[in-house]
Amino acid sequence: MTVAATSIGTPGDLVSATASDSALRRFLHGLPGVDQVGAEARVGNLATRSIKAEAKRWALDLAVRTIDLTTLEGADTPGKVRSLCAKAIQPDPDDRTCQSVAAVCVYPDLVAVASQALAGSGVAVASVATAFPSGRARLDVKLTDVAGAVEAGADEIDMVVDRGAFLAGRYGEVLDEIRQVKGACGPAHLKVILETGELATLDNVRRASWLAMAGGADFIKTSTGKVTPAATLPVALVMLEAVRDFADLTGTEVGVKVAGGIRSAKDALRYLVVVHETAGAEWLRPERFRFGASSLLNDVLMQRAKQRTGRYHSPDRVTID
Amino acid sequence: MTAVPDQGTPTWAKAPSPKPRDLAPTHPTNGLFIGGEFVDPADGGSFTTVEPATGERLAEVALATTPDVDRAVKAARRAFRRWSSRPAAERGRYLFRIARIIQERSRELAVLESIDNGKPIRETRDVDLPLVAAHFFHHAGWADKLAWAGLGPNPRPLGVAGQIIPWNFPLLMLSWKIAPALACGNTVVLKPAETTPLTALAFAEICQQADLPAGVVNIVTGAGDTGRALVEHPGVDKIAFTGSTEVGKAIARAVAGTAKKLTLELGGKAANVVFDDAPVDEAVEGIVNGIFFNQGHVCCAGSRLLVQESVHDPVVARLQRRLGTLRLGDPLDKNTDIGAVNSAEQLERITELVAAGEAEGAVPWQPDCRLPERGWWHAPTIFTGVAQSHRVAREEIFGPVLSVLTFRTPDEAVAKANNTTYGLSAGVWTEKGSRILWMAERLRAGVVWANTFNRFDPASPFGGYKESGFGREGGRQGLASYLDAGAVG
Repeated sequence: MTVAATSIGTPGDLVSATASDSALRRFLHGLPGVDQVGAEARVGNLATRSIKAEAKRWALDLAVRTIDLTTLEGADTPGKVRSLCAKAIQPDPDDRTCQSVAAVCVYPDLVAVASQALAGSGVAVASVATAFPSGRARLDVKLTDVAGAVEAGADEIDMVVDRGAFLAGRYGEVLDEIRQVKGACGPAHLKVILETGELATLDNVRRASWLAMAGGADFIKTSTGKVTPAATLPVALVMLEAVRDFADLTGTEVGVKVAGGIRSAKDALRYLVVVHETAGAEWLRPERFRFGASSLLNDVLMQRAKQRTGRYHSPDRVTID
Repeated sequence: MTAVPDQGTPTWAKAPSPKPRDLAPTHPTNGLFIGGEFVDPADGGSFTTVEPATGERLAEVALATTPDVDRAVKAARRAFRRWSSRPAAERGRYLFRIARIIQERSRELAVLESIDNGKPIRETRDVDLPLVAAHFFHHAGWADKLAWAGLGPNPRPLGVAGQIIPWNFPLLMLSWKIAPALACGNTVVLKPAETTPLTALAFAEICQQADLPAGVVNIVTGAGDTGRALVEHPGVDKIAFTGSTEVGKAIARAVAGTAKKLTLELGGKAANVVFDDAPVDEAVEGIVNGIFFNQGHVCCAGSRLLVQESVHDPVVARLQRRLGTLRLGDPLDKNTDIGAVNSAEQLERITELVAAGEAEGAVPWQPDCRLPERGWWHAPTIFTGVAQSHRVAREEIFGPVLSVLTFRTPDEAVAKANNTTYGLSAGVWTEKGSRILWMAERLRAGVVWANTFNRFDPASPFGGYKESGFGREGGRQGLASYLDAGAVG
């Protein structure tokens, strides 16, 4: 498939685009524009897809398997994290067939606790790093932050991009930082948080997506969850188009993580529909798609139980964490 | 581990989500709606309306002949005096009431429209019905404000309007015709298309439900002969027709030399112009929506894609990929994107033109798509390598068939876009605002959409140039088709 190769360029263009600041700028500003009204109409249309019966059960299971169960509070403690890890491994005590979530996402200082609690479970440890959520720290501090988290056992690092540099047009600086963080990750997977709520336009979302992928991101992620608006369907659409086109161009499949504000199973299904009809079925797995969420899991569990038993549980039947 | 389906190959297409069809009960036989009640036709004749998705018989519908049309026109004439002299706000109230009943019964009407027409429930539910209600609401508001429509201080209604509508948007076209006519104080005799009469008859029930005075709306069902009787009836003051250019010309000839006023909304062969700086993903959506919306049974469909030569290949590649995700099938399945072709006759015309396109050297492409065994269906089709002289670039196909042509410069795009006997609509895709305005000035089409396609609003006038007809529907301009501006009151 060379659909993007002819409209966006060739793999060689991407390599030469990252050679200098001005070439990078030309490349990013040469990407096709996004019509906001059209993108909103498209996701509005996809939101009317009706997912029922077997497909709904499958999609709810997928939602569970793709959740990065997250706690990112100043008040987090080892106890809270251990409790969350137990939930991550066995989300529904009433239904042993319910699979584990994809990962638990915590601040770097709690990685060791999570890593110990999740050992052998198959659930990954993800950690935000690089002066999350603002990213406003010296590069050496950010790199130390990342290296510390990886050393403590993080399998995945969620970094934030320097939105200040991006909005000021210093794309080379953003790219360089992503590359250095990627280097500091070692074996850990890198998710690059674009913080789309601060990038404001969908054109910027598309450019930032390409920038992050060019820098070596394994995932691109919408938001920190600390800024409003966080994940939205139009933003997810544009990012999924970007990973699809990047895969066409380079053969590398980059994942997408939507995070922040996704609380209901209904919302989650809408995102999965957009994933399916934009990037394709290959992205419907935890290696390529994630939800960053905390309260979403319980709603999905209640909907799963409804599908299984035909009636809704009391919220007290699902554990709070 | 139990009961989890193969997670590697999810097939959500396998999850049909049909709407129960008993939401819309159909009567086995249906009379004519004249003078506020359902009556039997003079000759006792009837015809069958079938479900395009299955080819099965849906209902028997009365066949109106000349005496029935005469009776309907007389009923409309009798009702006209009182209807037109009522306080205008009262007319508005009736229209508001009709609009609200349409909203209340919209699920039923959407299902009925899908069954009788073949179009997907997603479109009847999300497009047709909301627009139908919007047209009645919009014109309800106009009823007592006609003096401010810019048509003189006291514009007067014309009298009895004979209205003939097509099968592609049965209820929506009815609303485009009836709402402005009634708001302006006219009474109407409306003939729905012979393949899609059921929602018009449901609308007749709504008129009864709304206590609309008898004779203000009359509905006669039948085919071409019924339409001819209506056009030629001397008691009709105005004819409004939406349909083919061929029939439109015949009507214009029949009306010539009489005092009847005429508006025609006819065929189209719209150019959808995609420049190299277009927002490409949204443009692809717009192209799909432009030609595959309603199976391409749209007079303003973007059936000619004019794409700048430098981006032809990627645009076509993206379009093909997108077509692979369209779902064709049961119109009552909420996930269906493309429904059934309305009739065997229409399918034959589409098939014939597609064959002509191939014979003339254009290259057809269709996604992998299995057509149901019963009913009438046509897979979405793209022709590349189309020349301006090919039949598929010149004739209205009225089906899910897109002809792709290329251009090099904006001037050439305009020249090719305008090089058609039609002039109903056009689309422009570019991120450059100045170019949108430059194009819109030069495209000879009644509607020019910029970075979108097939968007409708009751406040926006709709109508054509050249062989696409004359007169406007909707907006302030649409009122002029049902008012006599010259009258001094």
